[in-house]
Amino acid sequence: MLGSGLLQGLKVTAKNIAGSFHDPERLVTVEYPEQKTKLPENYRNFPFLVSENATDPMGTLRCVACQICEKECPPQCIYIEKSKDKKPDAAGKMQVYPAVFDIDTSVCMSCQICVEVCPFEAIKMDQVFEIATTDRFNALLLDRNQLAKPNSYYHQIHPTEAAEVDGRLLAERKAAEEKAKAAAAAAAAKAAAAAAAPKPVATPTATAGAPGAVAATVSVAKPATPPAAAPVSATPPAAAPAASPAQNAPASDGKAAP
Amino acid sequence: MNAMPGIFAAATGADSLLERWPILFRDTVAGFFPAPLQWLVGSLISILAIVAIFGGVFAALTLLERKMLGRVQNRPGPNRTGPFGLLQPIADGIKMLTKEDIVPRSADHLLHFLAPVALLAFSILTFAVIPFGRNLVPLELDAAVLYFFAAGAATELAIFMAGWASRNKFSLLAAMRALAQLISYELPLLLSFVPIIMLAGTLSMTGIIDQQAGWNFGFIPKWYIFTPWGFAAFAIFLVAALAESNRSPFDLPEAESELIAGHLTEYSGFKYALFFMAEYFGMIALSGMAITLFLGGWRAPLPFLEFIPSYLWFGAKLLGLLLLFIWIRGTFPRLRMDQLTRLAWKFLVPLALFNLGTAAFWSLTSGWSGPLQLARWGVAIALVVVPFVLLGRGLSRGVAPRTYRFA
Repeated sequence: MLGSGLLQGLKVTAKNIAGSFHDPERLVTVEYPEQKTKLPENYRNFPFLVSENATDPMGTLRCVACQICEKECPPQCIYIEKSKDKKPDAAGKMQVYPAVFDIDTSVCMSCQICVEVCPFEAIKMDQVFEIATTDRFNALLLDRNQLAKPNSYYHQIHPTEAAEVDGRLLAERKAAEEKAKAAAAAAAAKAAAAAAAPKPVATPTATAGAPGAVAATVSVAKPATPPAAAPVSATPPAAAPAASPAQNAPASDGKAAP
Repeated sequence: MNAMPGIFAAATGADSLLERWPILFRDTVAGFFPAPLQWLVGSLISILAIVAIFGGVFAALTLLERKMLGRVQNRPGPNRTGPFGLLQPIADGIKMLTKEDIVPRSADHLLHFLAPVALLAFSILTFAVIPFGRNLVPLELDAAVLYFFAAGAATELAIFMAGWASRNKFSLLAAMRALAQLISYELPLLLSFVPIIMLAGTLSMTGIIDQQAGWNFGFIPKWYIFTPWGFAAFAIFLVAALAESNRSPFDLPEAESELIAGHLTEYSGFKYALFFMAEYFGMIALSGMAITLFLGGWRAPLPFLEFIPSYLWFGAKLLGLLLLFIWIRGTFPRLRMDQLTRLAWKFLVPLALFNLGTAAFWSLTSGWSGPLQLARWGVAIALVVVPFVLLGRGLSRGVAPRTYRFA
């Protein structure tokens, strides 16, 4: 009959009116400044610099001012000046650091290319979106103090990705550590050999004696290492344990920080 | 109008002080003035009260409408300004007042200015004869119903004035639409209350309300809506009133998606606000008319509720009707122009004419009682339902659904 559709429509809207008062599920509005939705983990815009330590962000930047991102940036919004001196990085290696690291967010297009090219996992995408300022120029030009954010923040905004990055860094540092130890052991073996037979060898390379030496140091310092250094045959040289702690200490500190 | 006899008449009446105080107040204030001026002062007080109260109702209604439409769409509605958004009408008013008033260079400046003023003036004129309470009739006219619809029909002129004076194709199109719509729906609107005049035997609002006094079986009010022909007339009146006040789903003259804002396109700032005010005033006035004609005016629905002052009952009924209007606005999509006119000419007008016959039957059989009373109700209901069903079937025959052929 004519009008039955009209009555059905009125019923639907009446349900909406009454329902929106007693059923909070119906009101889907998020009243933004007071309430905020949780951003999806994959949401990303504007890069930031990762520092290892929240208390000393400038001292523990992962960035080594290699300037790859500066060169790759399509809109050329990154400006880096290398430092004159060097500072030990998280792995204890002496590195150049960025004396100036500026990103002009009025130019940045959030393309994430800087993140993809960075070999040091030093620049990552942020989740900020409330970036309105009262100043068109200076407030949008972020310097390294504003850009630096601790690794813990990175874990907070992109948990899976940050865990993956940390795992990768850990593996890299371990590998570097192994290599350093091996080199040290080889050098020590060479030195011992040189002391035993007074016939000097000009080129100290870690080739033949290395695997055995690595296995020995590992078994002394850290039992739970990956089975990369498998051979168990060789006899340990005396100098090897003494050489390793110097290399070991900063690396383990760095790993403890995040 | 003599002030002093008025006071005495009210004081000796059976009404409580709650009923009498508005009249008492008016007569007391008028009493301070010399006798020749008292009628003028009394009228001015009435006018001021109407403009102040319905201005406030208009402000509250804009907020109520937005809140309720929000709820219809599962939104909270405006809630930024003040607690629960209660200050929103004030913010809107300030915004409207401070906006620049732009008049198109090629517009007819005088008519462009006059249109909102005329529209508002005619809308306020209609308030003059509505009984807001037991004694609260601003102007007691014998032909009040005629006066009301004459003043209401004049608003069409103002809308056409606005569309014509703007010199804008959208405005003019809207004005044309408005004329077609308002004239089409003037007919069912007028025909819908002719039965009431027939049955009540008077054109006076007070007389019509007096005819609806009392209760059947002690609890069913003798309002005209509780008769078969009255209910049909009320439904027709409601549809026609929606169309007359340019409310959704009959808001073709200001269809935003088709005509920008119709005749409002070239209006800004306070003139725009005046148009809105007039539209809401028209809606309130037509609701007041519907209350008077069909819902027993200011009368209480049940005998034991009569202690509540009559103007509060009027207010409650008004609020109910306005909420119904908002509910309808939140539900129905806009009609097409051909659907609009077809609904008026092929459905509402014949139905209203049939209803005239039903009312005549009801009037002629008023002496029937006992089992004949049941027959009277049955025949009357059949006289309402059968034409409705038959006309409803024919309404969309051959025209819907549309088929489109593409080249």
